[in-house]
Amino acid sequence: MIRVSVDPAPIELGVEVAALEARGAGGIATFTGVVRTDDGVEALELEHYPGMTEAALCALAEAAMDRWNLLGATIVHRVGRMTAGERIVFVGTAAAHRREALEACTYLIDRLKTDAPFWKREWLAGGARWVEPRATDAQAAAHWL
Amino acid sequence: MAITMLYFAWVRERVGIGEEVIDPPEVVRNVADLIDWLSRRSDGHAAALSEPAKLRAAIDQRFVGLDAELGNAREVALFPPVTGG
Repeated sequence: MIRVSVDPAPIELGVEVAALEARGAGGIATFTGVVRTDDGVEALELEHYPGMTEAALCALAEAAMDRWNLLGATIVHRVGRMTAGERIVFVGTAAAHRREALEACTYLIDRLKTDAPFWKREWLAGGARWVEPRATDAQAAAHWL
Repeated sequence: MAITMLYFAWVRERVGIGEEVIDPPEVVRNVADLIDWLSRRSDGHAAALSEPAKLRAAIDQRFVGLDAELGNAREVALFPPVTGG
């Protein structure tokens, strides 16, 4: 079962994990991305491409379901403005055993960074700046090809 | 044929709008041609599109290279490299 959500509302971790546990899996793996509190960043703004974003995330979740023996895959990405310490993204996988769940969870967050149309803008005391992609993200995503 | 253009992030800011409908001539065959043609529409377009190497594209909501043929594209998006997650 796949759940994909792109929403300005805060991510409810307990609700998402409970839904994965209800799949009857032996193992749940999760990753939560949080707005950094370093570098003087006061807020983060996430822009996305409505329609394409949801389709790209569904395609990633389906690829993970095919590649590993998963009982569930969840991708929840927040959009809009959020402040330091708030959750940006949640990825969760449910499988019979830990290895499938852990590997699929890593795969999803690695590929999400390069394969879904989101753009981050950091707000600092002096103004705003668009975040540049990191070469290490592209390498991590390419590792799964 | 009319194409809906979408711009995101700093490309949208520099162009000055997020969306417009265009009708490029037949000589505009691929995404790189389109970027070149669009860059002459306004100072904002020129500022956003002057360095194609910094741009990424999607045709009908699928990522493509700048050498991709437009074909019967209905929606083309131009944007910086993605930074989600």
